[in-house]
Amino acid sequence: MTLLWTYSIRNVWVRSSTTVLAIAGLALVSLVLLAVLMMGNGLDHALIESGSEDDVLLMRKGATTEIASGIYRDQAHIVRTLPGIAKTPAGQPLAIPELVVLVSLAKHGADTPANVTVRGTQPEAFTLRPQVRLTQGRQWQPGTVEIVVGAHIATRFLPNGIGSHLRIGKREWLVVGILDAQGTAFDSEIWGDVDQLMAAYGRDSYSSLTLQLSEQAAFRQIEEAIAADTRLLLQVKRERDYYREKSVTMATFIRLIGLTVTFVFSLGAILGGAMTMYGAVASRIGEIGMLRTLGFTRRTILAAFLFESVLLGTVAGVLAIGSGTALQFITLSTMNWSTFSELAFRLTLTPASALLTMCFAIAISLLGGLPPACRAAKITITSALRAQGR
Amino acid sequence: MTLGTLIARNLRRHLSRVLLTAFGIATVILAFNLIITTVRAWYGGVEASAPNRLIVRHAASLSIHLPLAYRDRLASMEGVTGVAYANWFGGVYREARGFFPQFAIDPVSFLDLHTEILVTPDEQRAFLSDRRGCLIGSRLAEQYGWHIGDVIPLKGTLYPGDWEFIVRGIYRGSEPTTDESWMLVRWDYMNERRQQQDPDRAGTVGWYVIRVADPARAGSIAGAVDAAFANSMAETRTETEQAFQMGFVAMSGAIISALKVLAVALNGITLLVLANTLVMTVRERTRELAVLRTLGFRSSHLVTLVVGEALSIAGLGSVLGMALTIPANHLYANFVEAKLGNLFPHLDWHLGVLILSASVTLLVAVCASTIPITAVLRANVARDLRHIG
Repeated sequence: MTLLWTYSIRNVWVRSSTTVLAIAGLALVSLVLLAVLMMGNGLDHALIESGSEDDVLLMRKGATTEIASGIYRDQAHIVRTLPGIAKTPAGQPLAIPELVVLVSLAKHGADTPANVTVRGTQPEAFTLRPQVRLTQGRQWQPGTVEIVVGAHIATRFLPNGIGSHLRIGKREWLVVGILDAQGTAFDSEIWGDVDQLMAAYGRDSYSSLTLQLSEQAAFRQIEEAIAADTRLLLQVKRERDYYREKSVTMATFIRLIGLTVTFVFSLGAILGGAMTMYGAVASRIGEIGMLRTLGFTRRTILAAFLFESVLLGTVAGVLAIGSGTALQFITLSTMNWSTFSELAFRLTLTPASALLTMCFAIAISLLGGLPPACRAAKITITSALRAQGR
Repeated sequence: MTLGTLIARNLRRHLSRVLLTAFGIATVILAFNLIITTVRAWYGGVEASAPNRLIVRHAASLSIHLPLAYRDRLASMEGVTGVAYANWFGGVYREARGFFPQFAIDPVSFLDLHTEILVTPDEQRAFLSDRRGCLIGSRLAEQYGWHIGDVIPLKGTLYPGDWEFIVRGIYRGSEPTTDESWMLVRWDYMNERRQQQDPDRAGTVGWYVIRVADPARAGSIAGAVDAAFANSMAETRTETEQAFQMGFVAMSGAIISALKVLAVALNGITLLVLANTLVMTVRERTRELAVLRTLGFRSSHLVTLVVGEALSIAGLGSVLGMALTIPANHLYANFVEAKLGNLFPHLDWHLGVLILSASVTLLVAVCASTIPITAVLRANVARDLRHIG
């Protein structure tokens, strides 16, 4: 039996040009699948991980995004007095009303502007969203026209980084720091003082209010309290659900086109695999006859050919995952259709997607290799030995 | 026996392999066509835009509105022959998935400027006389089975509350690129409700559309508009409708680039599949080709044999792929519509795309033959005659 395994492996070497082409084809198809999965993962990470488990987002009833929402100052005050909200070390409720607006910025090196989210907030926002950290410079001083920008914004829009100026609303703002939000949507945001931003836009209502629960069970309590208060007319959402909903359209689109294309491809790849293996069988009919004469059973021959095609699939899968690792350095930016703002995300390789790609590569090679392997096993000794070497 | 018949005979020797290869190429062409169609759909809005229309919006962002008072100033500017305005309405039908674009428009001026929106005079009159009326595109009407007189309930996201609109007309587009999936409601009706609920934001419009007499002067007029409102309470940015639509496309640039990369990768796959078959064919016929040489066939003849075989297989694959594209595209469009609603209204197959994919494939076929050709040209006749497969 071991003899046959080495026979298969040696065959792969002998017909190297065909093998290389077959492996390359399989690897490309698997890589396309992997890239699609990685884009979906990256998008999920950027959006869903933006929401924290303990955070709750309040918006005006009916609003689907923070941009379209509005909360009046008195409403925000009422909410802050509710029980069940976590406290800051200073004893204040950890509930921050924020103003979210969009500005058009010209991307560095391109003349087409993109929409960027500007979030007017308070310094406690860092406590509320622990995944966001300041990596360079300092925090903005409350009450001043200073801003900190997300890592993606810094690389894409502000090559000069700290010290550069940005026009937002009717004012010039000074960049004093750069945030790292670990690949979440906050990397594509600009943060500054909420009151200054409201003044710059002449608005006297906030967009939304985010609060941290003192404990998970407090969610229902807060939801009921807000529903009962007729002055509020607000909707209560877990922050994670909000971000998940926002990613639905984009992620569905990417997966839809990606998987359609992968499906069509895989049919092609199975055909390609079948062809390669048919070729391998056809050119070895004499050899197969010899092996059968020596006493190898049909089943062993079937196994040997299946092993050969799985070997091709495995190599292709490894190549695809290897290239996928390199794809991780790509950052894509796109418009998020639910908010019309720019969102940058990085292709992300997860163990699950790597495993799926490997299974896919092996499965299509197996499917392609099965008919020729059956054919090889069915050949009778006499006809095989009579066949001319070609 | 000409080279042509020789190629045809050769193809028939391993018919199953040739058909498998052709099917493989056909699937790749199919995928390529679907991708290009998707990319084209993205540019659908750009193609549908008229050269004599400019869009005036807030300089900072489309999400900030402009005062209604700008209308008269725009209308009085030199070279401007018409002003219309609109708001994004942002309603949700049933659940969030029931997405289609809704605009609150000024009924008279908007229809006057957008001549590609065709409604019968009766329907237009009905729309103008009913504040709660709406016009819907024929595609939208077909999708939801709506008829004139039906009531469409929407849940407002930008303008809170429950809204009901009565279908007063179903429009068609005069151009194939016209988006027939819009719902147009009346700005005055929307503004009326807004005055009661949200007086701070009443009396503002999302953007103005202006018509210019001479498209060649669009640039200077856009500059004049922006200059007129510079340093006012709301500064404007004016650009041609095409540039405005391009802005949306450009923001999704990365996804489009990814799709384009995918289209190129597809041709790489065609190359590999085809090259694989040809390499196999040539290796099998090593002895035969050596015999042909001894009979006096020149290198150019052998090259013609290989390239001819490649082109025949690619041609067969192209025809199959094109034939598959038409029904598959239909399925794909339905699938996208079911999952994403009317985000992509222009997912129709297009003859130009089919021709493009076929020509690219034939080009790829020629490239694919280079590998076996080098093997053929390097061949050593004496050694090859002894070859035993």
